[in-house]
Amino acid sequence: MRTDVPILTRRRFLAATAVTGAAAIGAAAIGWEEIAGSAGDLDPDAGVLVVVTLYGGNDGLNTVVPAGDDVYQRSRPELAYSPDEVLDLGDGLGFNPALKGLKGLHDDGSLATVQGVGYPQPDHSHFRSMAIWQTANPTSPNGSGWLGRWLDATSDGSAADPLRALSTDPVLPPLLVGDHHAGSTIAAGALDLPKGPVGTAIAALAAPDPDDDPWRARTAASIGHLATLRRTSSGALQKASKDKPSSDLDRQLELIAALVEARVPTRVYSASLGGFDTHADERETQERLLGQLDAALTPFVRRLAATDPGRQVVVMVHSEFGRRVKANGSDGTDHGTAGPVLLAGAPVTGGLTGRTPSLTDLDAGDLRSHVDFRDLYATLAENVLGADPDQIVGGHSGRLDSVLA
Amino acid sequence: MPDRGALSERAVVRRLHDRLGLGAPRQTLEASILAGPDATLAKLLTTDESAPTDVPNLPQITDLPADDPRRKAQDQQRSDQERTAILWWLDRMATVQAPRAEKITWFWHGHFATSLDKVRDAGLMLTQNQTLRTKGQDSLAQLAQAMVVDPALNVWLDNQTNRKFAPNENLGRELMELFTLGVGEYSESDVKQAARALTGWTYQDRRLTFAKSKFDDGPKTVLGTTADLDASGLVDMLTARADSARFIATRLWNRLVSSDPPSEPELERLTDAYGPGTSVRGLLRALATSETFRDPRATLVKQPVDWAMGLARAVGRPIGTLDDKDRTTALNQLKALGQVPFKPPNVGGWPAGAPYITPTATVARVRFATALLTDASLKPPAVDDPPSGTNARLEWARATLGVDAWSARTRAALSPIGDPRQLLIAAAVSPEFVVSG
Repeated sequence: MRTDVPILTRRRFLAATAVTGAAAIGAAAIGWEEIAGSAGDLDPDAGVLVVVTLYGGNDGLNTVVPAGDDVYQRSRPELAYSPDEVLDLGDGLGFNPALKGLKGLHDDGSLATVQGVGYPQPDHSHFRSMAIWQTANPTSPNGSGWLGRWLDATSDGSAADPLRALSTDPVLPPLLVGDHHAGSTIAAGALDLPKGPVGTAIAALAAPDPDDDPWRARTAASIGHLATLRRTSSGALQKASKDKPSSDLDRQLELIAALVEARVPTRVYSASLGGFDTHADERETQERLLGQLDAALTPFVRRLAATDPGRQVVVMVHSEFGRRVKANGSDGTDHGTAGPVLLAGAPVTGGLTGRTPSLTDLDAGDLRSHVDFRDLYATLAENVLGADPDQIVGGHSGRLDSVLA
Repeated sequence: MPDRGALSERAVVRRLHDRLGLGAPRQTLEASILAGPDATLAKLLTTDESAPTDVPNLPQITDLPADDPRRKAQDQQRSDQERTAILWWLDRMATVQAPRAEKITWFWHGHFATSLDKVRDAGLMLTQNQTLRTKGQDSLAQLAQAMVVDPALNVWLDNQTNRKFAPNENLGRELMELFTLGVGEYSESDVKQAARALTGWTYQDRRLTFAKSKFDDGPKTVLGTTADLDASGLVDMLTARADSARFIATRLWNRLVSSDPPSEPELERLTDAYGPGTSVRGLLRALATSETFRDPRATLVKQPVDWAMGLARAVGRPIGTLDDKDRTTALNQLKALGQVPFKPPNVGGWPAGAPYITPTATVARVRFATALLTDASLKPPAVDDPPSGTNARLEWARATLGVDAWSARTRAALSPIGDPRQLLIAAAVSPEFVVSG
């Protein structure tokens, strides 16, 4: 774990980052003074949620491995881990050998592993299944994102609105897009627009204009956030990331840790890691990616545990689906259904939870899920964000309160 | 937006160059405006650039073991090849006189989205690129036939490992979901049966070969039809379906006309034009002659590559003409904008619209435009003639970038800039140029 990264102040953080417009159509530029005046420090009692999305469909059975189960061994002989390869979790289960750091978090009780998470009538399309997870709407996953609805429900119209949810990916994920409000993207690094007339002109392009169509209005508003921050960040612009992050996810989580420690009033962060679509040569690829997750998430969780604001953070790690029980003949697996969700952080009750999916009672070759992901969303919305779960997962009554202390 | 009437004729012509092309230099746009929308559309649809004779020849690289001392040099060679391929295509987009084929090739690349990140062979990607260019202009059915046996696509979707008794569903699923039918138009059983039809192909040394012994011979039932389907038969069956026509028409509509879906009568008109011949040109003509195409509200955020190439074409300076440092800067900004050719984020291709409207995107656009325009020792054709007087200068910038009109906001913002290069840099990140009106 690296400890030599300076803890940034909120002001230094804002000077070091790009904050995207709240995307309210036609919104005027937001002034620095307004942000500074209304943002305040993060409420010491406010929970913070970090969503880490594993794109591509992470193979749950080779993440939380039922190595002691003969059916597992027989179903995927080239891919299966033997009981002495996995990191023992008890009950015949073990973590993938790449997850050594997370095993440590598990042993400390700061990591919960929820088994067999899914939703009814699982879809095998990456895009539709990810849309289902991101909208929390299995029947019609085309509308607002689940945390976008939280943004819609909690907007107070203040200048701090754009800071409530931040994505460390350059492209805003749908989970942060509501009907009326959207999260923002953020990136470490300087905002060095050219000095002189070009920079001045670009700042002036932020003004709303009655001739703007909605897209142009959004463009102007987003330039407003940039130009305003730049104009007021007279000091040096400082990077919030490690000199040499071990992976892109490491860079993203490092930035988030700096933001949390600076008590930025952001309640939701989104980060991601892609490449989990392991139709072929799965072991090598998945171990490499899980290794990246392990190397990024472990120091992140340990670092957060060391500060007061950090102890308010809950991290959730999920993918759009798990994979088939049976290997496909290319030393890989095809698209499946239920998979484990990881929760980490000080507020989490650690350990394995949820029924282990049966390898014999299958649904057309796929695992049956026993936990609906909306149970988790509702629990996190209520207990971490202090929100009314009905606004997030409208009408879904399940909860999984046992995962939080 | 106050004006709810139809676009002016000049704006329709400009929109044709934006949507069916990659933006036009001033002289081309002015000539098109004189010729009018009908002649402009006809020219865009029927004029084809001669086939490229300068496609880089990139030898295949066979991985050395990770501990081989020559491995580092080999990794560098691979990364140089990638850069060569990316720059080659970008510069072709920036320089062709008849850009429609490049625009449609670019669209198909996002449709049959294949990435170097897994294929790891830039030469194979260029072969696919040439297939998209030559087959992508006429019949979708023929294009899909070529793509289902395209080596890069097969490697990308693991189909070279798809075997009788050991099927791999990856290509079968995406063929239906993303390439021909759209999600929800097939069942899980259809996916499994389609995967069987796609068995039998092996890949070696950049060639895909069919081996009958590895093919799952025998009847398959896909979408209610039972036949002894192979790859070609499967593609024939899928592309002939009415839901495929609707899917392809809607995909192109969303990227070239409007982010709102077409009305039902409009969609019927589009699929009629596409017809049993799966005519790409027929569909493009129908898209460009729809009422919505002339609706001022049908604005679209330019994709980063469209924006960048539009700028490069407007100022007559392809990235390849820059010095090495500026060239690297320019490519890095496309990465920061989330769009590098040959590197789509996944098999679904690139998103559209809102994701490209962020402050981080504005920073990247400024840096790209600066890399393209700052070096005063180079004189892009469009910057040869700095006009004097504020109004003349603004009018010159407007005409250079092919913007219909500056808003009062943008006029006020740009007015103080005297230097023509600086004026174009700022104008290039204006809402008027970032969004295709």
